[in-house]
Amino acid sequence: MADLRPAAGQAGHAGDPVLQTRGLSMVFGGLEALNNVDLEVGRDTITALIGPNGSGKTTFFNCITGIYRPTRGQVTLFPAGLPAIGLKGLAPDVITHHGLARTFQNIRLFNNLTVLENVLIGRHTRMKAGLWGALFRDRATRREEREAIGHSFELLVSYGLDHMANELAKNLPYGDQRRLEIVRALATEPRVLLLDEPAAGLNIGETSSLRDLITSIRERERVSILLIEHDMSLVMSVSRKIYVIDYGRLIAQGPPDEIRRDPKVIKAYLGEE
Amino acid sequence: MTNPSSSQKPGRAILAEIKAGLLASLWICLLAFPLMTLEINPSSHTISFSASRLPFLAGATFVLAILWRFFLRRRAFQGVSKAVLKSEGLPEGLIKGPKPTWLTVVMGSRFRYPVLAILLGFMALLPFVSPPYLVNVMVKALIYVSLGLGLNVVVGVSGLLNLGYVAFYAMGAYTYALLGQYLGLGFWVCLPLGALVATLMGLLLGFPVIRLSGDYLAIVTLSFGEITRLVLTNLDITRGPRGISNIRPAGFFGLDLNGPIKDFLVANLGVDKDMDINKILTYFIILGLVILTIICVFRLENSRLGRAWLAMREDEVACQAMGINKTRAKLTAFALGSTWAGLAGVVFASHLSFINPTIFSFMESIMILSIVVLGGMGSIPGVILGALVLIVLPEQLRAFSQYRMLIFGALMVLMMVFRPGGLIQSAREVYLHKLGGQDGPQGGPAGGAARIEALNGAGRPVEGDGRG
Repeated sequence: MADLRPAAGQAGHAGDPVLQTRGLSMVFGGLEALNNVDLEVGRDTITALIGPNGSGKTTFFNCITGIYRPTRGQVTLFPAGLPAIGLKGLAPDVITHHGLARTFQNIRLFNNLTVLENVLIGRHTRMKAGLWGALFRDRATRREEREAIGHSFELLVSYGLDHMANELAKNLPYGDQRRLEIVRALATEPRVLLLDEPAAGLNIGETSSLRDLITSIRERERVSILLIEHDMSLVMSVSRKIYVIDYGRLIAQGPPDEIRRDPKVIKAYLGEE
Repeated sequence: MTNPSSSQKPGRAILAEIKAGLLASLWICLLAFPLMTLEINPSSHTISFSASRLPFLAGATFVLAILWRFFLRRRAFQGVSKAVLKSEGLPEGLIKGPKPTWLTVVMGSRFRYPVLAILLGFMALLPFVSPPYLVNVMVKALIYVSLGLGLNVVVGVSGLLNLGYVAFYAMGAYTYALLGQYLGLGFWVCLPLGALVATLMGLLLGFPVIRLSGDYLAIVTLSFGEITRLVLTNLDITRGPRGISNIRPAGFFGLDLNGPIKDFLVANLGVDKDMDINKILTYFIILGLVILTIICVFRLENSRLGRAWLAMREDEVACQAMGINKTRAKLTAFALGSTWAGLAGVVFASHLSFINPTIFSFMESIMILSIVVLGGMGSIPGVILGALVLIVLPEQLRAFSQYRMLIFGALMVLMMVFRPGGLIQSAREVYLHKLGGQDGPQGGPAGGAARIEALNGAGRPVEGDGRG
């Protein structure tokens, strides 16, 4: 697969942070949706962010992907072998270009476009052709277009969606739509992949194939993953480190075994005894 | 009757349909009761009552109601999505991309160049064998095709509802009229200038509306269209509501087309002797413009930029998350869409030789929008057909001109209910691929071990334009 990035591990070691937030806060009017969140995503690892409904998980995603501008704090990306990039205040498309790609809690595919076109749009940020190329179709544009289509097909083949390449995205079964959204995010060649509740709405069988998908992505694409999820068994089985957020504050962090036994986490999820 | 709820007994279902039809006719009779039965006689100041027309109304309503329900049910049955079929345990082979239509079949076959050549030949011969009236109608229709295709970029492809499109049309027309009037500039100089002015105005309008979408955008563009019309009405330089007359037709290397050239054409090619040869030239100019537009719009749609527009139409948040600069995509869509309005405006001014602000009213924007919606949002052949239907048909059906808007409205309602995608629905580009072989194609996917060939429906390379 075309990989323009220097191989991870050359300059950074697995576990070093690739994405870091410091004191990230988001205030809506008088409501503090996020309060001083310090979080690190380790290179080539799967990190999870969990918390009860309304605790600020999706707000956190929206802050680091530029949909919201955080009120305070820093978001920093550490690309392997390159200087660190401050992401706070950048536009969403620029952040994607720097290597953050996300999926959405409620699937946001381009419904009336084909599966392949959805992935091709994911290639947008790695392509160059502009108005001139579109109208005159010079050699460079044609080659770029060919490569993008090839790359997209390869992705679809790798993740088992190629047989539906020309079907409209809205006609896909729900589980495949989730999968397609992840593949579309991968097409942007992310350094960090942000998955917002990928198991929401999936049945047990689909969740288990999602688990395989997530682990295989990490192995194949050399991408770090930050996962927001409700499904505890999924989170516990795939992630190396878990952050727990409640009312916009981090209340616990650590490996799955610790989190499982943490009384604060149990309290946040189940309420007072 | 095709009834999707097969659990019901057919006899009972038909009975239910008849009951619904009777109810509908009863309802209409009640509604129209005073209108259909009471007759005011102004001369004798009397009101007479006659129920003789009611049975006809009831019968017609009953038949229409039954037909309406039949077609609605049939549509619901056809609309069962493939995803549902799959979840019902039907074979996955059913999920194999879009259904071919006659258009994709013809355009995907080896007959597509002959078919296009015949079509082009027909269009090229038309002005020489038809009466002047028809040439005028065709010029008008082709201007609307060009306008429709331009607006299609903004509304159909990019999903930005622009209700002030006519403003850019006016910009083009007035650019030529004013530059010709005051500076004596000719058509061929003004054609690109008109396009440039419209494009710049599109950019100008684009900046304030970047943050808007949906209804808000529609309102702002509507206001922009009206402001433009009012400015044109009130400026001295545009001679206000009187407009500008004596706009020169397009020149042809400085030749007088209605002199010896006309005599030659009339004598040898059977051209109508009342024909203004300048109109034939205008016809070919607008025909060329339409062809150029089709090529440009097609190429745009299947490019990185066009896909960015489509993504923006589908989901603004997701498109940004895919690394698309929304601001740039919106501005280019607005500006490029306006370019064609400007071009069409210049041709229009030269064709009509007289323009005034009332021509560029809000109704005109609605007309162009109707062409796009009726033809099929985002579909190039659809927009062409839409323009021909909405411009040529009313001209040919002048006998019914009283009922024009009535028919127009009914047609729109029917279209939106039964064929919301338009006459020719937009079809997406189909890509096929083969895996196998060892040697990668030239400039193929970097590092791809498997040979991937991206082909479209008919097995032609991707850069071919085989879209329906």
